[in-house]
Amino acid sequence: MADLISNVPDGPLADKWTKHKNTIRLVNPANKRNIDIIVIGSGLAGASAAASLAELGYNIKCFFFQDSPRRAHSIAAQGGINAAKNYQNDGDSIYRLFYDTIKGGDYRSREANVYRLAEVSANIIDQCVAQGVPFAREYGGTLANRSFGGVQVSRTFYARGQTGQQLLLGAYSALSRQVAVGKVKMYNRHELLDIVKIDGKARGVVVRNNATGEIASHGAHAVLLCNGGYGNVFFLSTNAMGSNATASWRAHKRGAFFANPSFTQIHPTCIPVSGDYQSKLTLMSESLRNDGRIWVPLHKEDSIAIREGRLKPTELSEERRDYYLERRYPAFGNLVPRDVASRAAKERCDAGFGVNKTGQAVFLDFASAIERYGEEQANIKGISIKDREAVMQMGREVVSAKYGNLFQMYEQITADNPYETPMKIFPAVHYTMGGLWVDYNLMTTVPGLFALGEANFSDHGANRLGASALMQGLADGYFVIPYTIGEYLADDIRTGPISTDHDAFKAAEIEARGHLSSLINIKGSVPVDDFHRKLGKFIWEYCGMARNEKGLKYAIKEVRSLRAEFYEDVRVPGKLDELNTELEKASRVSDFLELGELMCNDALNRNESCGGHFRDEYQTPEGEALRNDKDYTFVSAWEYTGQPEKPKHHKEELVFDNVELKTRSYK
Amino acid sequence: MKLTLHIWRQRDSETKGEMVQYIVDDVSEHMSFLEMMDVLNDNLVKKGEEPIAFDHDCREGICGMCSMVINGQPHGPQKGVTTCQLHMRSFNDGDSIYIEPFRAKGFPVVRDLIVDRSAFDRIIQAGGYVSVGTGSAPDGNAIPIKKEEADEAFNAATCIGCAACVASCKNASAMLFVSAKIAQLDRLPQGKVESKERVSKMIAQMDEEGFGNCTNTGACSAECPKEISLENIARMNRLHLKSTISPT
Repeated sequence: MADLISNVPDGPLADKWTKHKNTIRLVNPANKRNIDIIVIGSGLAGASAAASLAELGYNIKCFFFQDSPRRAHSIAAQGGINAAKNYQNDGDSIYRLFYDTIKGGDYRSREANVYRLAEVSANIIDQCVAQGVPFAREYGGTLANRSFGGVQVSRTFYARGQTGQQLLLGAYSALSRQVAVGKVKMYNRHELLDIVKIDGKARGVVVRNNATGEIASHGAHAVLLCNGGYGNVFFLSTNAMGSNATASWRAHKRGAFFANPSFTQIHPTCIPVSGDYQSKLTLMSESLRNDGRIWVPLHKEDSIAIREGRLKPTELSEERRDYYLERRYPAFGNLVPRDVASRAAKERCDAGFGVNKTGQAVFLDFASAIERYGEEQANIKGISIKDREAVMQMGREVVSAKYGNLFQMYEQITADNPYETPMKIFPAVHYTMGGLWVDYNLMTTVPGLFALGEANFSDHGANRLGASALMQGLADGYFVIPYTIGEYLADDIRTGPISTDHDAFKAAEIEARGHLSSLINIKGSVPVDDFHRKLGKFIWEYCGMARNEKGLKYAIKEVRSLRAEFYEDVRVPGKLDELNTELEKASRVSDFLELGELMCNDALNRNESCGGHFRDEYQTPEGEALRNDKDYTFVSAWEYTGQPEKPKHHKEELVFDNVELKTRSYK
Repeated sequence: MKLTLHIWRQRDSETKGEMVQYIVDDVSEHMSFLEMMDVLNDNLVKKGEEPIAFDHDCREGICGMCSMVINGQPHGPQKGVTTCQLHMRSFNDGDSIYIEPFRAKGFPVVRDLIVDRSAFDRIIQAGGYVSVGTGSAPDGNAIPIKKEEADEAFNAATCIGCAACVASCKNASAMLFVSAKIAQLDRLPQGKVESKERVSKMIAQMDEEGFGNCTNTGACSAECPKEISLENIARMNRLHLKSTISPT
């Protein structure tokens, strides 16, 4: 039986949010000045929430581990942000964006949240333009759009291949403006160690200043977790090196349920792993699939020849190539959603058709796009298309204007020139759809503790569509939380300041300090990264693109013993009360080692395939995901019971009143 | 390949620092520069020594967190890249490499190669924004903006705030950074409204933080990983002059 209440308002889908906004409780401006809110993280969700709440009059403290709020990992998002503006007159609408997102998520997200997301999407673009975000424009001066994987309309707004950077700098500027007027206090190089609860409510945090090692408490009437996703469980991912799950996991240990932890997104177009020293993986924007064609050789002997350097990919004739996405999914071709594209690449590589030394890569080829654009330009300029050199040159220029920075980034890393030879790509961990369970108001199962952006679970189901992460982070921060937090804070207008003299703060500080000291005192022989790498390998192998019962059970066993080994033999040099980068890593890895096990448990519990969660046991004869709507149309939310080995399972039934659950087909 | 590294070690801003020599073997040309530093740190930890502290995060050249002056150049020898994008194929077996922090009066050393760049945040807080509150924006297409202007604003906006411009400048001037933000917003109608106040406030804050003035050597732009143009400084100076003559 389902036991979680989502607090979704009644009424028709399209009216729910408006009705909710009209009836939600408000806090009057004079009272807002007496209310303190803590924001953890300064990315799109954190910066937009902190700025917007400060504008309303609340007192904000914002904590983040980087040296400047502008460095949060939202900055690295490349491709774009969706909005149902229908500027292209191509049939887009709020409903269609909602429908694409629900379908893309393989019907495992909450209808009302997704509809709200689509509804506020248009406001986000307006807000960002007003802040001075330099989106791409047409010659007529209007905003430009492009299409993105998994949809058939052009609704993605972009700023070359650096959309995340420009949106974050917009939010950062709004935040900076509030810092200047004294409504937001910033705490850089600070990391959350614990959530402090008083009478069951989140009333503050314990943080460590990573620059000095000082541990301190801060009280507030509400705490917002905007700390991003947990993809770094895998060690190798497209996340930044410092991205971590500590804030989410410590909140989980204090009573916040963790929802769908096994729903992770493996992005199809990343630069393949090159060696054991590798510290992170680099994404090549999904927008490249608009023009790039993905292929491997049709014959295994050609793959082997390419791997051994005897054959160049450009020498292989068209008939000897297998454009496998175009072959398997003629309707969407290279633009199938990420989960589908990733699995298809894995399938070809597992079958022996991989094209780099490790056999774990496929080609992303721009030759035909260069030719097509070149001929188009030749026609415009009245140059004969028989002048192939001129055609190709003009084609390269068009491609460069669209993807120049990505091509440069690729060449920088691989020393291959993608204008001359196809890129080699392979799927890599990118985004986590799972996260802290939240209700319609974005509140976790701990009263007063909210989760926004990638840190929550609610909008992307089992697979996120491209250009939706930026949309969700900003929707939550700019347009949802400023309303929904009032419902909770309306009860706090007479509470007064939350003092950190309370015993709960003292106890949490002692516990946090104790945990860090114990890590230093192990004085073992193995550096933290070695444990992290091993954990990542287990999770990638057994809880990555494909999972099965036997593998998951094995991984759980191995992760447990790795965890035991960590507490016996990790080596953390240096001291607690100073800058100590190894201690920071050890603290984060101690949480990953527990979260990794929960991910496997969650994957084991879900006996179906949906979105990014593909169980070998549940597939169609053609190898497509086989969902089980009868038994699994629910959100799994896990409760921490005091032991990471024994999580308690809760369910939120997903009710679909407005869409019919169909088999996702991109064929 | 085998490399000899000379790395700046400094306990904190109060303690005197020094160059310390380290040898690393088994460096692959495919490694990034920071992965080479990881290998060195891994060896140091295994020997029970304290690893070298350096700032880094996204490792794909966009967050602006990594720094380091490598052989006298901020972000190393290659043009248009950050330290994290630099690969060891830019070096040869047997090379000596000198690694130092970004040095400037406005950037006190925190530890080893980490410096405190929060002065940049304070400059943005002084006026590097459009004063628009959440919810009060008109439709995105209400104000058409010429593609060329939007593209130029974008070019200025690609600044990652890494501070290589300051580190490369003999005057430790922050004018490339400051002017990039001013020029971005000045090129857009929504930002132009506050241009004059913005330029005065941001320059005042820049001076207060102890950054020097521009003497047009162009080192900042040459070393900038995003190749931000010097034209932005010219634009800022023009605006500054205008705002001095007629402040409103």
